[in-house]
Amino acid sequence: MAAAEKQAVTGAGPFNGLLTWIDQRFPLMQTWRSHLSEYYAPKNFNFWYYFGSLALFVLVIQIVTGIFLTMNYKPDAAQAFASVEYIMREVPWGWWIRYMHSTGASFFFICVYLHMFRAMLYGSYRNPRELLWIFGMLIFLCLMAEAFFGYLLPWGQMSYWGAQVIVNLFDAIPVIGPDLAIWIRGDFVVSDATLNRFFAYHVIAVPLALLALVVAHLLALHEVGSSNPDGVEIKNVKDPKTGRPLDGIPFHPYYTVKDTFGVVVFLVVFSMVVFFAPDAGGYFLEHNNFIPADPLKTPAHIAPVWYFTPYYSILRATTDEFVLWVLAPGVVAFALLLIWSMKKSATRIAVGVIAIVLLAGLLSLDAKVWGVVLMATSVMIFFFLPWLDRSPVRSIRYKGPITKTALSLFVIVFFVLGYLGTESVTEGRTLAAQVGTAVYFLFFFLMPWYSKMDKCLPEPERVTSK
Amino acid sequence: MSNQSRVNRKRRSLVIASACAGGASALATAVPFAASMLPSERAVALGAPVEAEIGQLNPGEKMTVEWRGQPVWILHRTKEMLEEIERTDGKVADPKSERKKGELTPEYARNEYRSIKPEYLVVVGICSHLGCSPQDKFKPGPEAFESQWTGGFYCPCHGSLFDLAGRVYKNKPAPDNLKVPPYTYLSDTRILIGEDKKRA
Repeated sequence: MAAAEKQAVTGAGPFNGLLTWIDQRFPLMQTWRSHLSEYYAPKNFNFWYYFGSLALFVLVIQIVTGIFLTMNYKPDAAQAFASVEYIMREVPWGWWIRYMHSTGASFFFICVYLHMFRAMLYGSYRNPRELLWIFGMLIFLCLMAEAFFGYLLPWGQMSYWGAQVIVNLFDAIPVIGPDLAIWIRGDFVVSDATLNRFFAYHVIAVPLALLALVVAHLLALHEVGSSNPDGVEIKNVKDPKTGRPLDGIPFHPYYTVKDTFGVVVFLVVFSMVVFFAPDAGGYFLEHNNFIPADPLKTPAHIAPVWYFTPYYSILRATTDEFVLWVLAPGVVAFALLLIWSMKKSATRIAVGVIAIVLLAGLLSLDAKVWGVVLMATSVMIFFFLPWLDRSPVRSIRYKGPITKTALSLFVIVFFVLGYLGTESVTEGRTLAAQVGTAVYFLFFFLMPWYSKMDKCLPEPERVTSK
Repeated sequence: MSNQSRVNRKRRSLVIASACAGGASALATAVPFAASMLPSERAVALGAPVEAEIGQLNPGEKMTVEWRGQPVWILHRTKEMLEEIERTDGKVADPKSERKKGELTPEYARNEYRSIKPEYLVVVGICSHLGCSPQDKFKPGPEAFESQWTGGFYCPCHGSLFDLAGRVYKNKPAPDNLKVPPYTYLSDTRILIGEDKKRA
């Protein structure tokens, strides 16, 4: 019997007996050891490494507050708006639970964006962590879907028209688009049927996928081990006796304590927003969403919530002229660059053919289609980072001036696009968004070249820490 | 079939065949689930035509009627407005309503003013870009979005512009003109939206 061969649990005082009983029937101690007490993480984690565990913490907040919100919310176009107001005004502590949930949505994105930026700073997505990065990106996509579906539920003006605009994006797909949009809505316009199904996605379908992906993300992380600000593998230098990485420390208690400290600081900031500025000046909860949905009247100014605005700016920036004078020449230039740096003639021909097809599409299909394509690409392109980055080093600490400039420009452009996406359209702002869109894509599409030719510093043998 | 091979080929074929059959059944099961997400019979039935009384609409005024959950605008255009429309021919992308003819502009509205009677414009007030409802900007004059504005509609979402015949301006996100719904005059002051004589 395998169960009998397992050693008895020691060191848990009065619980030794109980834990031994469980451990002989379930891999309790093995799980504890491999994921916490004997999972060795690099000792030089800095500020940026808080955001993974904080994102997990916000996920818990969202699930718990979400469960309590469903107890009073009604997914019915005639009652939804009023039921949210009921929660806000009449349910004991309902306002607090609802504001935790709405503020939590924004903080989820803040944590995830900072977590992703950390990976971009220190090259955390590089081999062998590509799959870890892909799971993370899938979590990000689920999060975007979750936020979008959830935003319809209060059935305010922004809920309604935001959903109208986003569902109509699918309408742009040639041939199947219009039918697909009707299928997504379940009606010819956003209506009760749409609200009902978005509720189903928001409270069960997407959260299930999200949880499964979080588990996959953590399993992948613990398989390859955490990277660190120096971007060197701690597994390369091990204690010859114990076989443990010399620069690693057990996750528990070292990082459980560090992350708990992070949670406390996070809660201070989070509570300040929840209690004193839950709408964050219209950025977390838009003013127009306190008006019930009116299918006959679009609000004077509509914008998505802040976390979608960079991509939304890219969508708006794609006009006929932008397609003709920027996108089309861009495709030609990029194809030439690819052909110039490819060696096999077969791949060269393939690149040429794809470029010609793209060019034909750019000149024949509506700019609307390309706006949607560019917006989708601006999110999906992150998936390819592990293969676009060809720098000999992982961390920004040892990368050269070109990469540093490129990343700084990207961050600036991301913020500028984000800001522009919250504002109404003028000629000047459209031009700014078009410049921003060009820089955004150049950052990714030229990365294979500039990351390779950049003058990098040598990586250290072991992690550095002060 | 060879008996010497270590793989039992008959058994392997059976495994492949049953995996295919199982996969096909699983896929077929997805069909009813996917179909349940289509508009219900009730949603389809709600697409009935609506009547509108336009006698009280003074020149320069607009009214909105709900048809299939969408706003339908009826604009009583003044003489000046009709003159403006002729002047915007050069600025709009599809002055003669030639794109997606059947879908966007019924035959009887395929003229300069995109209407049966020039004074009355009847269009679905939903932008052909991403479905927002544009705003009235009837007054000509310089605007933030267009320095030489001659009156029309402005979409607040993505800045598309339409003239007073619902024709889209060039180089704007919206690809097409506003849709003219099927409609017909029941009398001089009553119109039926959602059905035209052809079908009635």
